[in-house]
Amino acid sequence: MTDDKDVLRDVWFGRIPTCFTLYQDEITEREAEPYYLLLPRVSYLTLVTDKVKKHFQKVMRQEDISEIWFEYEGTPLKWHYPIGLLFDLLASSSALPWNITVHFKGFPEKDLLHCPSKDAIEAHFMSCVKEADALKHKSQIINEMQKKDHKQLWMGLHNDRFDQFWAINRKLMEYPAEENGFRYIPFRIYQTTTERPFIQKLFRPVSTDGQLHTLGDLLKEVCPSAVAPEDGEKKNQVMIHGIEPMLETPLQWLSEHLSYPDNFLHISVIPQPAD
Amino acid sequence: MGAGRAAASCAIARRAPRERRSALPAAEEPPPRPCPPGAGPAAAAMPSSALWAVDLFGRVYTLSTAGQYWELCRDTQLEFKRVSAATQCCWGIACDNQVYVYVCASDVPIRRQEEAYENQRWNPVGGFCEKLLPSDRWPWSDVSGLQHRPLDGVALPSPHWEWESDWYVDENFGGEPTEKGGWTYAMDFPATYTRDKKWNSCVRRRRWIRYRRYKSRDTWAKIPSKDDPKELPDPFNDLSVGGWEITDEPVGHLSMWAVSLQGKVWYREEVSHPNPEGSSWSLVDTPGEVVQISCGPHDLLWVTLWEGQALVREGINRNNPKGSSWSIVEPPTSENGIMHVSVGVGVVWAITKDRKVWFRRGVNSHNPCGTSWIEMVGEMLMVNVGLNDQVWGIGCDDRALYFRQGVTPSELSGKTWKVIVASRECDRSHSGSSSSLLSAGCFFGDEVRGSGESCAPSDTDASSDAERPGPDQPIPAESLDSPGNPKSSSASGPDTGKITEHSPEGPGPAGQTLGPEPHSGPASAPAELPWTNIDLKEPKKAASHSAAGFPETTSLSELGLLPLGLEEPYGADDHPLWAWVSGGACTVEAHTVLRWFTVQSGLSPSVQTLSLSITPAQTAAWRKQIFQQLTERTKRELESFRHYEQAVEQSVWVKTGTLQWWCDWKPHKWVDVRVALEQFTGHDGARDSILFIYYVVHEEKKYLHIFLNEVTALVPVLNEAKHAFALYTPERTRQRWPVRLAAATEQDMSDWLALLNLSCCESQRVHGRPSPQAIWSITCKGDVFVSEPSPDLEAPEHLLPCDQMFWRQVGGHLRVVEASGRGVVWGIGYDGTAWVYTGGYGGGHLQGLASSSSNIYPQSDVKCVHIYENQRWNPVTGYTSRGLPTDRYMWSDATGLQECTKAGTKPPSLQWTWVSDWSVDFSVPGGTDQEGWQYASDFPSAYHGYKTMRDFVRRRCWTRKCKLVTSGPWLEVAPILLRDVSIIPESPGANGSGHSIALWAASDKGDVLCRLGVSELNPAGSSWLHIGTDQPFASVCIGGCYQVWAVARDGSAFSRGSVSPSQPAGDCWHHIPSPPKQRLKQVSVGQTSVYAVDENGNLWYRQGVTPSYPQGSSWEHVSNNVLHVSVGPLDQVWVIANKVQGSRSLSRGTVCHRTGVQPLEPKGQGWDYGIGGGWDYISIRANATRAPRNTSQQMAAEQAPPSGPLQVASAPQEAMGPVCC
Repeated sequence: MTDDKDVLRDVWFGRIPTCFTLYQDEITEREAEPYYLLLPRVSYLTLVTDKVKKHFQKVMRQEDISEIWFEYEGTPLKWHYPIGLLFDLLASSSALPWNITVHFKGFPEKDLLHCPSKDAIEAHFMSCVKEADALKHKSQIINEMQKKDHKQLWMGLHNDRFDQFWAINRKLMEYPAEENGFRYIPFRIYQTTTERPFIQKLFRPVSTDGQLHTLGDLLKEVCPSAVAPEDGEKKNQVMIHGIEPMLETPLQWLSEHLSYPDNFLHISVIPQPAD
Repeated sequence: MGAGRAAASCAIARRAPRERRSALPAAEEPPPRPCPPGAGPAAAAMPSSALWAVDLFGRVYTLSTAGQYWELCRDTQLEFKRVSAATQCCWGIACDNQVYVYVCASDVPIRRQEEAYENQRWNPVGGFCEKLLPSDRWPWSDVSGLQHRPLDGVALPSPHWEWESDWYVDENFGGEPTEKGGWTYAMDFPATYTRDKKWNSCVRRRRWIRYRRYKSRDTWAKIPSKDDPKELPDPFNDLSVGGWEITDEPVGHLSMWAVSLQGKVWYREEVSHPNPEGSSWSLVDTPGEVVQISCGPHDLLWVTLWEGQALVREGINRNNPKGSSWSIVEPPTSENGIMHVSVGVGVVWAITKDRKVWFRRGVNSHNPCGTSWIEMVGEMLMVNVGLNDQVWGIGCDDRALYFRQGVTPSELSGKTWKVIVASRECDRSHSGSSSSLLSAGCFFGDEVRGSGESCAPSDTDASSDAERPGPDQPIPAESLDSPGNPKSSSASGPDTGKITEHSPEGPGPAGQTLGPEPHSGPASAPAELPWTNIDLKEPKKAASHSAAGFPETTSLSELGLLPLGLEEPYGADDHPLWAWVSGGACTVEAHTVLRWFTVQSGLSPSVQTLSLSITPAQTAAWRKQIFQQLTERTKRELESFRHYEQAVEQSVWVKTGTLQWWCDWKPHKWVDVRVALEQFTGHDGARDSILFIYYVVHEEKKYLHIFLNEVTALVPVLNEAKHAFALYTPERTRQRWPVRLAAATEQDMSDWLALLNLSCCESQRVHGRPSPQAIWSITCKGDVFVSEPSPDLEAPEHLLPCDQMFWRQVGGHLRVVEASGRGVVWGIGYDGTAWVYTGGYGGGHLQGLASSSSNIYPQSDVKCVHIYENQRWNPVTGYTSRGLPTDRYMWSDATGLQECTKAGTKPPSLQWTWVSDWSVDFSVPGGTDQEGWQYASDFPSAYHGYKTMRDFVRRRCWTRKCKLVTSGPWLEVAPILLRDVSIIPESPGANGSGHSIALWAASDKGDVLCRLGVSELNPAGSSWLHIGTDQPFASVCIGGCYQVWAVARDGSAFSRGSVSPSQPAGDCWHHIPSPPKQRLKQVSVGQTSVYAVDENGNLWYRQGVTPSYPQGSSWEHVSNNVLHVSVGPLDQVWVIANKVQGSRSLSRGTVCHRTGVQPLEPKGQGWDYGIGGGWDYISIRANATRAPRNTSQQMAAEQAPPSGPLQVASAPQEAMGPVCC
């Protein structure tokens, strides 16, 4: 019998095989070999690419190196989006491995946030977790936690320690027995076709008449363009962690099981591939 | 007493017809509670108790704690004024002013034995004959011989009883079968009778028995008023039932009090579970005219007087449930007298004539009058105190029913009144029927959902938001109901709107043919009588309105009900007006989630509560799809790229902390230590962990370390002082010397235990639910452990030593656990509650990843703590609490070595809380006197229940109940409490999945029961089939091939004949005498082997059991030092040994495995010792895993044999050499 707990594991241990190549215009002393890596879907690019940085810096002169950034097919990759989200949104229909271009020059100030150190990632991550708990429990649970618990969440992600992370994170996933779910579901819906970075609204997991809301309900409410009309052709894929959950899936369940470590459901709505 | 073939075989196939007769009615009995459609699964799966209430029309409704709808009491012939409920019955006064009792149906019949003795005297001419001497007793008499008692003169006490069978001779004499028709012999009447006829046996007698059965269950049975014709002319005005905690003798004692219209107080004698009607009324004198009465579960009894004072009964106790005298309590204010009182265990609530609610402060057993009144918020017509001192009330203005929220032992007055807005059944006709559909499709389908009507104005969001379908809106449920009920559709026609036109001409055709109760306005005529303090103007008006104008308020929703005969006088928009409420059968506890306060529509909450085997959500397509897609994703994204480097290197992760560690050597105390758990990933990708314990001795830093892959068990050792746990390895198991660690807080301990458990399971590569073959065991703390059997466990040679078995904890608290090979597992709590395993794991302190996300439910258990009061006699003052200097503590534990005072004794651990006060325990072995004392010549000694000249000391046992609330993968199987349970083991290789799984149990009252309908998909089964016995039973076991053995409370064994899938109850009991001078207490039957354990710890093997002779021939002694035995489907024998000596320490309660058990040597040769130190129970009966021949030898070669035989303390090491027979 498969248990829901196994989903957490599968989500956590999701990996994207990636090939990093140095941007052709970067000046190198000798030829830079591509670098192959399995990136954890739930982590952040700048958190897991120390090896990449080191690898390419070996062939470069110190003065040519400024802040590293990544780009895929011309789109700069936002480090503050989880890796899995970036992949689903931008590259899910392309062949593996994922080809990411590495830049050390020409930081696209208007597209990307700077990531001066891992503290910046931690700050971003923790602020997401806190925002999510504000939605889920009016911040009650995150505020009741001790500093070391916060640290353990971050270190669990940092070190890719599932147990360490979930030992604390499970508390964020609880809700009172008399309720049927969280207060609001922390989610963000991303679309490549719009300028808007993402959609985020207040949405309850249970309707006023006690019915559990589903993924379909959410999309119909906040992003109707994502759902195909009853008889119409399916135009979009709704993807979380590289899979397309059925629209009948209860949102509360999704939030508990398919949220990223920042406790948000990052949902990608991408055009249905032609084939 | 060889009790050989002859004796055993005389065991009587002739009883077959009677048994058949007794078994059949039980099988045909209807399901226990009326379950309207839609509530069925929920009611069956959830343990529930019920609130009883009467509305203004005299209709009795019940509201289940698990439900959200008022259910109309099925017997609707009568209208009631008052009800007073207890757990298994409800008493009421109907409008005919007669008293009725409603006994709830149960799978176990209420049966009572009638007996008569046939007496004969020998005379030289005709031998033994009925001709007695003139001075002799009657030829047919009672046991004393003084009463004439011919068989045909024994009559049923009331029309509510029926005979179960004809008279038959009892052939069991003190646990021994008698010969020749059950005669026992003596020299003369009255004398000591023996089974054997001697030369001087001049008289003989035999006992005839016959059972009668209470038949009026699930219906209102009129209490016959034929007794006391002179004394009882006046009708009753009020009644109250309680007293079930005063004494456990007789079983299920109840105190039934009533008040007559003349203001007299009556007590119903001898009301108990086996005698639900009681025997007669007796008058209890009062100093004034009484109007109302309330009797608590324990010794509180209050009545109200016409003048407005309250009377309090004093002196109620075990020996005198009627009490001895009255005290007067003045009302809170002199201008407004008390109109109504209700009492609980330690509370009194009252209503004064101005409808104000009052709480009496300081009430308890010692001071039943309490100290002072406190005024509470709200105006009520009446209040009622139910179980756990919970309180309900009926509002003064709205006649709505209120529940007092927040009543806890520490805050008995509660916090607020909360209105109960549960709908009546009328509303479920549409919303309820949709909720009975449990498919996932329904869950997420787009069916039209009718919302439940709000029955009372409520300020909750749910009801205000709920849409109300108008009466002319088509309701899909109606169309569902009609096809099944052609009558209703033909009567009302397809156009449902027409019903309103049919009915105005009086009861319409539908009402006439289908409604069992013609509703009549005049029926409320007795309301003229001053029988109630409720103003009757309103109800009368409403009643006539309903009789005449019933159809006006008819809504479509009722249509669905008419076919069921549950006609509904209200319009669905009216909220019910209540007249009376009784919570005496309603258990509300801290963790109880009630769904009474919001009008529910849809089905989301109920879905969660009834998931026993498979929840709709689990089978839902979306879930399957997610699992499947995740697997595909992993394949797609990872399969061909495994050679890629990981972005994050798996580092060693260390969790550190401070714990206390029990220093193994001097100074033998708890010392503060730093601990670190290092987790790392091995080359094969497997994770392993090492636990380091850093300590300081003589200022020298040292550490010890434990590889978690060697840990065999992590056992919480909760005691009142420490949050400790023990950690075992095979080595430590052999030494009987675990590593003991303690944490500062419970949370800290749970965190460590959860982490260590997870790490151990990971290194052992076990996760998820236990396999169907798993071995289950329980510690003396009630903790449940499970072990996955290795095939080598039962290998013929080189078997796996059982100290290497890995045990992991599963949540829950149990005393007994029994498994079968098909994944069905049952447990019994300390309080006798039966539990069925839900397929989850974790719960309790095993939280987070160590716990499954579904199938974990709250569980509670109750046990008693005993302490002893010791006294010594001295010539001047008699018995006093002043002992000799050498004496034990005057308040002590059973051994006398530990001081245990009432104030100083704490519950066993912080998980437990007290739920009762200290009370004297009269049920101790050896008996007690009236005050509970047991006497002896000196401490410590054998105690007896009466005082003799040579007794200088006495003691009595005090008991106090404590309760634990935890969670685990268990669901209650209500309502019958069990003592023992057994599930048929799967024969190895047999494909038994065809028919249902045989499960037998012995109830706490000693009834033998067989569960019907148990299967993998429905592990809880459906109903009990009662198996008649002539005495209470203690233990029962069903082995392979449907051999059922049982042990009666008198210590003798029985085997049940002809049990088979087609005849699940078998036909008759065969009496099997116990081993000489021993009383058996437990029996276990494997594939063919039968083992039993006696009260002195001896293990016996039944010799000579063959298919043609299943009773066997004799008991053979196998071992002593045994507390419990479990024989499995491979005839493997496992026991809990009493004492086992290890190299470092002695452990009590140890799992042991019989070695050398082979087909030709079923008794085996010796013992192998496993986990121990506080183990109480093991069930090996699911494990039919046999080692494949070659692999087992191969693997066994790698396993080191046990490092040498261990000695059982004082156990005979018999037959150690290879013996063949």
